[in-house]
Amino acid sequence: MNNPVTHATTWHETVHATLKANNVKLAVYVPDRVLTPLIKSLHDDPFFTTFATTREEEALGIVSGAWMGGLHGAVLMQTSGFATIPNALASLVVPCQIPALIFVSERGTLGEFNLGQAMVCKTMRPVLNSLAVENITITRQDELAFILDRSIKQAVATQAPVTFILSPLLTGGKVFNPGMRA
Amino acid sequence: MTAKSTGAIGAHNAKVMNRLELTRRLVGQLKRDEAVIGGIGNANFDLWASGQRPQNFYMLGSMGLAIPISLGVAIAQPRRHVLALEGDGSLLMQLGCLSTVAQQAPKNLTIIVWDNGMYQITGGQPTTSATTADLVGIARASGIANSAWAADEAEFDRLVTTALKGEGPSLIAARIDGKPGAEKIERDPVQIRERFMRGLGVKGQGVSNQ
Repeated sequence: MNNPVTHATTWHETVHATLKANNVKLAVYVPDRVLTPLIKSLHDDPFFTTFATTREEEALGIVSGAWMGGLHGAVLMQTSGFATIPNALASLVVPCQIPALIFVSERGTLGEFNLGQAMVCKTMRPVLNSLAVENITITRQDELAFILDRSIKQAVATQAPVTFILSPLLTGGKVFNPGMRA
Repeated sequence: MTAKSTGAIGAHNAKVMNRLELTRRLVGQLKRDEAVIGGIGNANFDLWASGQRPQNFYMLGSMGLAIPISLGVAIAQPRRHVLALEGDGSLLMQLGCLSTVAQQAPKNLTIIVWDNGMYQITGGQPTTSATTADLVGIARASGIANSAWAADEAEFDRLVTTALKGEGPSLIAARIDGKPGAEKIERDPVQIRERFMRGLGVKGQGVSNQ
């Protein structure tokens, strides 16, 4: 059987296929270099409604409204963007028990060159833990589909958000380039 | 361009009205189980005071997200009209969402802006809309061409009637007085969300068990 989840060979193919297999049809993002192949493949697949927002908390608001309207969605962002969403998490997503799926492309570790990213990275897990928001750091392609599939189902069943932190060990991350500023 | 599409009235010569009265007039026009998302604070309080419909969602925090939440509902349920009620201070906090709404262009979304030129709930400190910012101008420049100041109550009613026909997105702004909201909402987020989902026909149809 040609199962797109098991046939996926890259992390972004696996994310794409697992979202689809779980009927997650909405993908809202603030762009990120590492997430670019995923964002492009979501845009290219008419199964998904995919668009950018101006700010990460705006994306969380959209996904929260969509869930209440019967459409499950995911939010995609990079680490620095995470710093914009604690208010939306603490006063909307968590208290209203909305199973938002939050994908964070992890910056700030394993060769980060931007101190701003590194500092936000240090705050990300403590914030999620203090809000009791499930957060899983994913480092391996062979575990990715299992983690995503089970966690998406758990989020829906328990009416709770989940954060997937996509490690550079999984995605390759953003590589330091001596000529690069940002 | 016609006066109707560009709005003949500017903020400076729009009548100062009352939010509770306008909210009641608005709710009185809702006959098709339209969804209404009330922004935090007084927008919510007057929505609550105008009758607790199951299709109302009352925000508890997340200032500035009434319009994004409404956009999400509008995308999920394209056949239901969705209205966001947002104050001037809240809208100013999340102006980027206007450009997102314009770009997604949901026909079933109407944004109502209550502009009293102040952060009323925190002590009446002035917002920039009290002096320099024109929220309808910002909305139009963000791409929501169908944005207008309501000149008075009768025009507010007409703009709402037109918006509910579903040729949105549209934005209706009203200058309002400084009267506080009429009633406080019951702050029970799970109950609010649950009732809203049932009001939208989502719960009870197996969505949460997928």
